[in-house]
Amino acid sequence: MLEAIAASFGHIFTVKVILMIIAGLFGGLMAGALPGLTATMAVALLVPFTFTMNPTEGLIVLGAIYMACIYGGSFSAILVNTPGTPSSIGTTFDGYPMAKRGEGERAILIATFSSAYGGIIGVIFLLFLAPPLASVALKFGPPEYFWMAVFGITIISSLASKNVLKGFIGGAIGLLISTIGIAPIGGDVRFTAGFPQFQGGIELIVALIGFFCIPEALTMISNRTQKFHLTEAEHTGGIVLKTFLEVMKRQGNLLRSSILGTIVGILPGAGGSVANLVAYNEALRVSKTPEKFGTGTPDGIIATESSNNAVVGGGMIPLVTLGIPGAPPDAILYGVLLLHGLRPGPELFTTHSEVVYTFIMSLFVATILMIPVGIFSGRLLHRTVVRLPIRFLAPIIFFLTIIGSYSIRNNVMDVYIMLTLGVIGYILKRLDFHPGPITLGLILGPIGEMGFVQALLMGQVLPNKWMIFFIHPLSWVLIIMSLLSLGWPLLMKRFSKRWKIKEMTIDES
Amino acid sequence: MKKYNVMIFLMVVLVGMTFTSAALAEFPDKPLTYVICFNAGGESDITARIQQQPLEKVLGVPVVIVYKKGGGGAVGWSELLRAKPDGYTVYGTNLPHTIVQPMTRGNAGYETEKIDNIYMFEFTPDILAVSMDSEIKTVDDFVKYAKANPGVSVGGSGEPSANSLGCQAFGKLTDLNLTYISFTGSGAAVPALLGGHVKALMTYTSMASQYPDKIRALAVAADKRAKALPDVPTFKELGYEFVEGAYRGVAVPPGTPKEIKMKLEQAFEKVNYDPVVIKKMEDLGFIMEYYGEDSSKSLVTKLTDYYGKLMKDLGLLKK
Repeated sequence: MLEAIAASFGHIFTVKVILMIIAGLFGGLMAGALPGLTATMAVALLVPFTFTMNPTEGLIVLGAIYMACIYGGSFSAILVNTPGTPSSIGTTFDGYPMAKRGEGERAILIATFSSAYGGIIGVIFLLFLAPPLASVALKFGPPEYFWMAVFGITIISSLASKNVLKGFIGGAIGLLISTIGIAPIGGDVRFTAGFPQFQGGIELIVALIGFFCIPEALTMISNRTQKFHLTEAEHTGGIVLKTFLEVMKRQGNLLRSSILGTIVGILPGAGGSVANLVAYNEALRVSKTPEKFGTGTPDGIIATESSNNAVVGGGMIPLVTLGIPGAPPDAILYGVLLLHGLRPGPELFTTHSEVVYTFIMSLFVATILMIPVGIFSGRLLHRTVVRLPIRFLAPIIFFLTIIGSYSIRNNVMDVYIMLTLGVIGYILKRLDFHPGPITLGLILGPIGEMGFVQALLMGQVLPNKWMIFFIHPLSWVLIIMSLLSLGWPLLMKRFSKRWKIKEMTIDES
Repeated sequence: MKKYNVMIFLMVVLVGMTFTSAALAEFPDKPLTYVICFNAGGESDITARIQQQPLEKVLGVPVVIVYKKGGGGAVGWSELLRAKPDGYTVYGTNLPHTIVQPMTRGNAGYETEKIDNIYMFEFTPDILAVSMDSEIKTVDDFVKYAKANPGVSVGGSGEPSANSLGCQAFGKLTDLNLTYISFTGSGAAVPALLGGHVKALMTYTSMASQYPDKIRALAVAADKRAKALPDVPTFKELGYEFVEGAYRGVAVPPGTPKEIKMKLEQAFEKVNYDPVVIKKMEDLGFIMEYYGEDSSKSLVTKLTDYYGKLMKDLGLLKK
């Protein structure tokens, strides 16, 4: 393995490959920052270009795009309160309040260093622990996916700690929206109102744009008389180094979020969209100052951005060892491997070890290079957004929402859906419903439903089919985690004084 | 004046003629869009990607693959009916999907007959498969096991699909009580099998060739053995009258001119005889088929009949 790693450096450190990585990073950042272009889409779009390259170079470029795209999603999350990809939903919670305070640049820098940190941790796991970790992907069966979705839903109780009831109502709205379309199991047609276009259901990205972006743009317009600019840029010297040190001081949060991201990445069917919210929830839970979450605390950004980039390496663990894509973009990489005649699995490491190790090492290099590339583009974008008067910014945002929602499935219907959801989202926002829980419901609905129905079908051989949910030890782990997560905010309130004393001794950051 | 009029008329006719004949002679003179109605990275995508480059060579224009997923393909296929019939947009199609969706849904957005398949290029038979470490080694073992354990779980891709209908048809044929569990794709069902969450898979040959060291194919539901799986018997060899699987092809919007359809049909046929394409497809477990427009039509008619009866027998018809 070490020789293969050493040999891989020879392949990576050529002018051509480094330039390709940098180009991939810029492309990925752009795609990530544009709401609507997800990492999956960006990677898929670039596949034809890799046909002319050899398999290794093709994988290197796609890997760089993937890594940068997940990171780039934080730009729009921070600057315009719209997650560029579903992996950055949680980044809006604290990133945007920071930007509003005039700390947009700092927020972007925090996202940059956290993303790079998470990316590197994920790749380290991929490099050294892929075979043992891959088995986790197989341990998760339908009952576990169901409980994972339940656990995910309980995150709402800490996401919306100020108004738990409204949070859960929002979650329920999201769950209900996720049932539109063809049932994932059984194929029944639900709530399509006779429109064949609704058979595909409401695409998550379309809902994200609608619920996050449109209300934000509308608010911008309605406030335009008081404010002509989004936020005032704040210039402080040495901010890069200062923020770097600030982020690196929070090793606990960084490591925990990165490991969570890696694990969620390993699980097929889940991905950055789940990972960033789980990591946010855990960061909030162990924090000494949970009340600061949602008001622009660096810890929130650190949690979401390090976890979602850790998904990149994590998702490739089952991909390269078992041929099972962990996160959605890995499915495209799997296709690329197959097209080049490289069948993922144990033999990939023996017969094509050079390709695999070069690819993995290139992810390292790409993650490191992402820092300067990201700082450069992030600052540029920040300056542009901040200096652009709202009368230009708002129309541009509207234009991008339309492009973004159309491009996800090349379907005009999605634009109408997005605009409708946008108006609903604006009204809900006025009523103090946060889009976070709604999108959480949308993400987890299909995972939970599929797990539920599949598990019940599996349970038919048992004396009582409902037993299937309680016979696996892993299910119990998730059940206990859900109960804890659900009860945590209540516990916190009741024992807040006692907890504070205890937490003083556990120095988390 | 009159002279001028005649001259202008003649010129218009001449110019018009050159234009139309040029349009026909030069089709295609701009990029061709190849729409995949499923996720990027899925099998429909992979087969299209294999065709993409050779198709560009044959047609002499770029081929752009785009995705219009949703509703098990139905969203894309309902758009196909309304797309511009100029031959520059072709849609990947799948059988039995385009046959069974209109049968089971009130309004799938399209009718089976309206999907104008100009070429069907491959067949992927169903296989019955178990995990490599399973005690089940043959179809007879499986039947014995399923007799002793009624309700045994069999995973597969989608519902209704060639997998789900195949599972039910096989259960009926052998008088077994099988529980079919649907997953969101062939690939998604594999971890469930390897993790022991389902006992067996009714999946496609492609899965056996993509996971050769993890999945044991017990039998292939085809008339003859698959080239990628030379050691796996067919159900027929074992005495089970069971053939089932999915076809892939391409369709154009209704009303596309005959000449253009023929050009596309010939192009896809030429690609299908390309040795590189054949090798890549067969390595992945796909079986090459060469159905032109007319034979595709009769294939669809034949299968519509078959699935109509099967679904009636299984009580799945909702229309």
